[in-house]
Amino acid sequence: MAEIVLMRNFSNAESHTLAAYRAGSGYAAWDKARTMEPAAITEEVKKANLRGLGGAGFPTGAKWSFIPKNHTGPVYLVVNADEGEPGTFKDRYLLERDPHALIEGMLIAARAIRSAKGFVYIRGEYVQPWRRFSGAVKEAYDTGLLGQGFDVVVHRGAGAYICGEETGLLSSLEGKKGWPKIKPPFPAIKGAFGQPTIVNNVETLCCVPPIVARGAEWFAGLGTKTQGGTRMYSVSGRVKKPAVYEAPVSITLRQLIEMAGGVSGTGRLKAVVPGGGSAAILTADEIDVTMDVDGLKNVGSMIGSAGVIVMDDSVSIPEALMVLARFYAHESCGQCTPCRESTGWIYKMVHRIVEGRGHKDDLDTILDVAKRGAGTTICAFYDGAVGPYISYIEKFRGEFEALIPHA
Amino acid sequence: MSRAQSAPAQTIAFSEAQVAEVRRLQSLYPDPRGALLPVLHMAQETFGHISLEVEDYVATLFELSPAHVHEVVTFYTLYFCEQPGRHIVAVCHNLSCHLAGAPKIIAHLKQKLGIEPGETTEDGRVTFLTVECLCACEAAPMAQVDDRYELNLTPEKIDRLLGELR
Repeated sequence: MAEIVLMRNFSNAESHTLAAYRAGSGYAAWDKARTMEPAAITEEVKKANLRGLGGAGFPTGAKWSFIPKNHTGPVYLVVNADEGEPGTFKDRYLLERDPHALIEGMLIAARAIRSAKGFVYIRGEYVQPWRRFSGAVKEAYDTGLLGQGFDVVVHRGAGAYICGEETGLLSSLEGKKGWPKIKPPFPAIKGAFGQPTIVNNVETLCCVPPIVARGAEWFAGLGTKTQGGTRMYSVSGRVKKPAVYEAPVSITLRQLIEMAGGVSGTGRLKAVVPGGGSAAILTADEIDVTMDVDGLKNVGSMIGSAGVIVMDDSVSIPEALMVLARFYAHESCGQCTPCRESTGWIYKMVHRIVEGRGHKDDLDTILDVAKRGAGTTICAFYDGAVGPYISYIEKFRGEFEALIPHA
Repeated sequence: MSRAQSAPAQTIAFSEAQVAEVRRLQSLYPDPRGALLPVLHMAQETFGHISLEVEDYVATLFELSPAHVHEVVTFYTLYFCEQPGRHIVAVCHNLSCHLAGAPKIIAHLKQKLGIEPGETTEDGRVTFLTVECLCACEAAPMAQVDDRYELNLTPEKIDRLLGELR
């Protein structure tokens, strides 16, 4: 049985309380970290090969080290708890079942980057996770864990997928619509309220206490050469036991589907979305890939937020793309023309194809529009939409053509 | 209904305690306008929805232009510019829920409520929405009913849930 790190406390019904967290040696890593030099903490996280688990997979320690050394003003730590990637639900579990792990991770990260203030941006729909996490923050204040050099503000979003993009999140935190900002400057140089800011995902920060407590080598050893640790895979769609599963990042997609009880429906696998809605789709014969950042990059997809959506051979791929295309059309923030126009246009085309009203050249038009727009926008949202547009059509073109009259 | 017609008769204002809460929230951020989203949540809870008058009032609390507040209110899906029903039933129609039968759940709700997604029943009881991924895909199909996530939906469960809404 592989090691369980992030979900170690989930089976305890009281796991969200400070008493239960402390009983499982909670905050021992913080006690250790507060005796360490900030730079030594960052070094440990670098050596652990921790990569961001929100979607981009950027090395966490390297990100922390980008805070300007000569900066004398405030530095902010912002937690991205705006989970919204289709097929992902891991952070909801962490906020509800182990909120103190996040607070401890924040305390340690804040020491590493010399931040006195953290903001936790929780998606507005997450009412129960927000209540649970706010309760834990109150316990932490009441017992002096918070409020003595580090403060935490819990901030609720108001419904917008784009606020999961880190600069869109910062705009929203500043009281504006969630429009992403041009990078550079990166948030580590000029982030929330114009100050150096580190934005980390919930799960990423929950990895930090175990790294400090048990050492970078142990954590790095759990994963692959380029990514340490385990992570939480959200598995849904046509599997017998949809749930969140923790596994080392070296697990293969095939093994993960087996962990989730195997394919349901017809029992015959057709395709898998390996890393949330924005990841390129994989066919049934592409599932021996390892579920780490580089493993999926090598097959032209991405691990993203590790939301795995399984499709048996009764699923219509054009219909699946229509559902995702509707999502991108709805969630495009409207700032950049290629994204705003293409997401709406492509949804209309995929929709009419599914309804049997597709035009002969629609598929080539979609591919052309998708490829031209990629890389031309302020943030990665449109690139995320292009992944499914291109891969669904290129890998299952016959299925689309069968729906188009006179194709 | 036009925005002008939706203007309520009473004066829009928070209580003294609420204004104190606004000031406390504003003090948590390096720039007080960071508290705009939380205060808009408060405003919606207090006034039922965020009318132009509420936007104007909130703008004065933040010394912001009403246009800025309007831009923010209309950007996010959880703020209602018009009065929604007493309950909100928001069914996820993204991929995992779709694969698990969300279209059937949506069709059932249309038929039971006699309205389309985006509409409110005539008695003002239920606003019915379809929404993007609520991140509970392990229990698809699912919906958010007011503050609660309702999981593993079936038509029978929908009937029971609707029966509980007054």
